[in-house]
Amino acid sequence: MNFQAVRSIYSFEMARFFRTLSQSLISPVLSTSLYFIVFGAAIGSRIDEIDGTSYGAFIVPGLIMLSVLTQSISNASFGIYFPKFLGSIYELHTAPVSFVEIVLGYVGAAATKSALIGLVILITAEFFVDFEILHPVAMLAFLGLTCISFSLFGFIIGVWSKNFEQLQMIPLLVITPLVFLGGSFYSISMLPPFWQTVTMFNPVVYLISGFRWSFYGVADINIGLSLAMIGVFLVICLGIIAWTFKTGYKIKN
Amino acid sequence: MSSIVSIDNLSKQYDSGFQALKDVSLDIREGEILALLGPNGAGKTTLISIICGLVTPGTGSVRVGGHDVVHDFREARSLIGLVPQEIALEPFQTVYDALRFTRGLFGKRHDPALLQSILEKLSLWDKKDAKTMELSGGMKRRVLIAKALCHEPRVLFLDEPTAGVDVELRKEMWEVVRDLKDDGVTIILTTHYIEEAEAIADRVGVINKGELLLVEKTETLMQRMGQRQMRIELMEPLGAIPEALSGYNLDYAEDTHSLVYSYEANGERTGIASLFADLSKAGIVLRDVETRQSSLEDIFVGLVEGKS
Repeated sequence: MNFQAVRSIYSFEMARFFRTLSQSLISPVLSTSLYFIVFGAAIGSRIDEIDGTSYGAFIVPGLIMLSVLTQSISNASFGIYFPKFLGSIYELHTAPVSFVEIVLGYVGAAATKSALIGLVILITAEFFVDFEILHPVAMLAFLGLTCISFSLFGFIIGVWSKNFEQLQMIPLLVITPLVFLGGSFYSISMLPPFWQTVTMFNPVVYLISGFRWSFYGVADINIGLSLAMIGVFLVICLGIIAWTFKTGYKIKN
Repeated sequence: MSSIVSIDNLSKQYDSGFQALKDVSLDIREGEILALLGPNGAGKTTLISIICGLVTPGTGSVRVGGHDVVHDFREARSLIGLVPQEIALEPFQTVYDALRFTRGLFGKRHDPALLQSILEKLSLWDKKDAKTMELSGGMKRRVLIAKALCHEPRVLFLDEPTAGVDVELRKEMWEVVRDLKDDGVTIILTTHYIEEAEAIADRVGVINKGELLLVEKTETLMQRMGQRQMRIELMEPLGAIPEALSGYNLDYAEDTHSLVYSYEANGERTGIASLFADLSKAGIVLRDVETRQSSLEDIFVGLVEGKS
C-alpha cells in the first residue's frame, strides 16, 4: 500500500478546495440561508409542527443532506474528471498506485470537503432556527457515511463521463429530484399511500430519515433499515469502482 | 551491458480492431539512448504506453528491471519516468507543487534538495513558484521532464519530446537528454524526426505498421544501409548517357549538367576509379565532383518501402 500517494492526492485535492474557499463555502451557505428564510421563516411560520418539531427545525437535516449529497457528487466527479480532461491523468496510470490508493485519495478528499460544508451549514442553521441534536454521534456517523458513499458515486460519474455535459447531467437530472422527493421538506407520512410506496424506492429517503432521527429521535423509516441501505449503496459503489479499474472500462485502452 | 527493459513477443489489438503492435521483441540496455523511429500511427506511442502502464498489453510480456509491468506493476513503475507527448499540467498548480505531487504518487518522501537540483538542471528553479499556466511552451515541457525525474527513475521515456517545437528548443532538449544519459539514466524516445535519432541516439529502432523492422547502432545502421552519392558536374551538357557508361548506376540531371552516381559506401569496390577511367575514355570533361552520405531519412524511407 502506497500511503504516500494517498496523502499526495488527498492534500492536492484539499489544496484546491482551500484555494477556492469562498466559492466552495459561500455558495452552499448562501443558498441554504435562503431556504431557511423562505421555507423556515416565511412559509414555515404558517405550517404546523411535524412530528412534534417546528417546520423550520424539521427541514434542517434535509437541507444539510441536500447540500452534502450534491457537494459530494460534484467534488468527487470533478476531482477525477479534471485530470482526465487535462490529460494529466497519465500520472495516475504510470505511478505505482492501485485503484485503492486513487479512490482513498480522491474520495477521501471529496468526502472531507462535503462533510465540512455540511457542518458549516449546521452552524449557519443555528442562526435561523432553534434545534437540538439528540444523538450527536449517530448524526456524525450518518453524515460521514453519506459523504463517503455519495463521493464514491460522484467518482464513478467522473470516471465514466466523456464531457462536462455528462458530468452535470446525473446530478441535475437524477440527484436533485431524488433529494427534493426524498423528504427534505416533508414527512413521508404526509404523502398519499401510493406515493409512500413509490418513495420507498428512493435511496435518499433512507438517508434523510436516518439523519433526521439523529436530530429529533423521530424517523419515517426504521433506523436500522436506513443504516443498512446506506451500507448497501456504499458496497455497490465500491463494487462498480473495483470492476471499472479491474477491467479498465472507460479508463484504459 | 545488461538489459533494463525486455519486451517479448508483444502484440496489441485495440477494441476498434486496429492492430497497433505485431509480435514486437526488444531488449533495451541500461544506460543507452534508444530512439524509436517511425511515421505517425506506427505504434511507437502504443509501445511505450504499454511499458509505462497507460495501455493494457495484448499478448506477450514486458519486464522492467526484471519486474513484469502487469503483475509487479508497483516495482516496474517505480523504475520508470514518462514524459508524455501532449503537455498535460494542472494549470493552477505551481511548478514546485507539481513536482511534490508526482514524487508523492511514487511513494517517496519530499526531498527539497533533490527537487532543487532537478529544477536547477532544467533551468526552472527561478520559476518554482510560478503557476504552470504562466509558463511558455518550452518551460512546460521541461516541467514535464522534471516531473518524470523527481522520483529518480532508472528509465526515462520521452514520447515525441520535440514535436512541434522550434529548432533552438529542440537543440536544448537534446542537451538535456545527453546530460541525463551522463547521469546514468536509460532513455527511450520516440520521434519521427530522423535527424533527432541520428543526433542523439546510441541505437535506433525502426517501427512501422506495428512491426519493429530493425534495431541497430546508429552508426552501424548508417554504414550498413548507407548509400553514397557522387555528383559529377560536367563542363559540357550531355544529350544522353553514353552507351559505354550504361553499366553504372547513373542518373543525369539536365538542369545542372551533372551525373549522379549512387554506390554502396561500404561495398568492396565502389567502382569510382573505373567510372572516372570510362568517363575519360568517352571524352567527357569534368568540372567538379562532390560526394554525399545518404541520411537516416533515406535509409528509413528505404526500409519502410520494403527496399531493405
